[in-house]
Amino acid sequence: MRVINAVADWFDHRLQLGAPLRETMEHPVPRETASWAYVFGSAALTIFGLQVVTGILLALVYVPSAGEAWNSLQALNHQVTFGWLIRGLHGWGSNFMIAIVLIHMVQVFLFGAYKFPRELTWIVGVLLLIVTLGMAFTGQVLRFDQDAYWGLGIGASIASRVPVAGPWVVDLMLGGPIIAGATLSRFFALHVFLIPGLLIAFVGVHVLLVLKLGVNEWPMPGRVVRRATYIHEYNEITHRDGVPFVPYAVWKDIFFSCAILLAIGACAVVLGPFGPSGPPDPTIIQTAPRPDFFFLWLYALLSLLPPSAETPILLIAPAVAIAALLALPFLAGEGEKSWRRRPIAVLMVLLAAVTLGALTRLGGAAPWSPSMNAWSGVPIPAQYVKGRTALERQGALVFQNKQCHNCHALGGDGGKRGPALDSVAVSLTRDQLIRQVIQGGGNMPAYGRNLNPAETNALVAFLQTLCPGGQAAAQDASRTQLESDARRD
Amino acid sequence: MFLKLGLLFGGFVGTTLGLPIVGYVLSPLARDRKARAGSWLSLGSVDQFPTGETRLSTYRNPGASAWDGDTANIACWVRRVDDNTFQVFATNCAHLGCPVRWFKQSGLFMCPCHGGAYYADGSRASGPPERGLFEYPHRVDRGTLQISAGEMPTPGPSAEASTDRPPCA
Repeated sequence: MRVINAVADWFDHRLQLGAPLRETMEHPVPRETASWAYVFGSAALTIFGLQVVTGILLALVYVPSAGEAWNSLQALNHQVTFGWLIRGLHGWGSNFMIAIVLIHMVQVFLFGAYKFPRELTWIVGVLLLIVTLGMAFTGQVLRFDQDAYWGLGIGASIASRVPVAGPWVVDLMLGGPIIAGATLSRFFALHVFLIPGLLIAFVGVHVLLVLKLGVNEWPMPGRVVRRATYIHEYNEITHRDGVPFVPYAVWKDIFFSCAILLAIGACAVVLGPFGPSGPPDPTIIQTAPRPDFFFLWLYALLSLLPPSAETPILLIAPAVAIAALLALPFLAGEGEKSWRRRPIAVLMVLLAAVTLGALTRLGGAAPWSPSMNAWSGVPIPAQYVKGRTALERQGALVFQNKQCHNCHALGGDGGKRGPALDSVAVSLTRDQLIRQVIQGGGNMPAYGRNLNPAETNALVAFLQTLCPGGQAAAQDASRTQLESDARRD
Repeated sequence: MFLKLGLLFGGFVGTTLGLPIVGYVLSPLARDRKARAGSWLSLGSVDQFPTGETRLSTYRNPGASAWDGDTANIACWVRRVDDNTFQVFATNCAHLGCPVRWFKQSGLFMCPCHGGAYYADGSRASGPPERGLFEYPHRVDRGTLQISAGEMPTPGPSAEASTDRPPCA
């Protein structure tokens, strides 16, 4: 022990870091902040540490070359000892990091911690969110598989819509006119050098600001922030009723960080690493690219926006959202901190959560995508062909062979791109069915050129049988009138 | 005085070294597109494309590097309308670039991502795309079908201004 002390003294005599470190660790924080609500920032930092370590370990094996990256990922998964585990930890760590950063952000927002004098802490936090998402997107590209390849195509297609500079932005993003070796190389440089550099710098400033300005006190309804008096009031709280950060608050941070690491480890072991899916070969077109979990909401949005609104919203909305987040501490730098007195803030969080949650769920289900194999892989329910005439059964065959099933569900199975047709005859008459099939419309292609009259006749005969539970088939009111008029005459 | 001189010297050295760095970073823009667009590459004999059919064909990206691997193998859809009339479509959906698949029976190209659909002639049928499929410039030379390629088509303004630069070339 004496030797250790002697060595420590030797270093401290030269570095002179011991006293300031001790002072930092034992700085007083408001008593209520030694709370489980204040553990998310440190957890995000811990996961970042995990990402750095596992990232360096992966770089020992990973080959950042378009021709070899996929093979090296396979080797990591199947040949290198515990390679699958390191990939799993890095991939799940990425998901957990985004989740924890978002929770941290919500907590900071609801606790009013962005208000004076912590505006810059919030701004750097917003930058940290952006670079964290940047790490997630570039990391998804380094898992150089089919999803990464087509994901790059989507990114380039969005970038190409920038007015005037679009084509140049695409070339700079891809490193040339097409997704190729140069693309992976530059995303590797972004993911491993540039963005982590920014991340480390921003984390440094963020933590420095937290130490300089002190942890935000627990918000009390009625305790209003005023620029003139806040610093004085905060100092009073910490000195009258403060506790040293170590050990009173830090043990909760340690516990929570360890629990999160354990959860990441459990996910990595039980659920394994992400992909890679098929090789990044653009001649394999039998693929349905999907983004990673935290970009599913964007994937859903891209599908649901009206085409004409897509480009402006894609290009303007992110800029507006970032500007709003950056402007927040200047627009609401003073006033109530407690969420109990800030109903609009609470509603905004709920609105954002519900919107992102709903879009993510939709993105996972992707009802707008045709079910590409339904026509050959999903049979028509037996009760829909039982006891039908030869013509109607022929129509059922047309329904399968012409891929109608890819977009329309029957009996709950099949595509969800168009409406389910289990009761189509209740709402559409024979004439309306023929018109819809031949001319299309309402997001349905016209099939006039690809169905001969006999096929159309059979298909419509089959569709006319689809009125369940003895419901009456749709009738053309004018025709009924004409027929009754004819009978009367 | 000496500080100003030093800063001036620093500015001079910084500019001298900085300009080549800017040039290096912007180098993906500097390639000569026209030279590449003028060259033709073969998809093979016209006989492998039966009249009235649409088939997947592949080619090697003309600007490929040795380390591009599989990404340099590009697919395209070839439609032979009659003896001398062809259409060559990019597989990239005109919405956001996902790979469209040809369904012969219904005569439609369908996109697996956001549900775009196109008719056999490449025109837009339904879904989010605002235009038809991208087409490669092509020609028939001594019995082989040739296309001009080398760029990923994207739905931005460059693709629309197809008069001076075809979308896929």
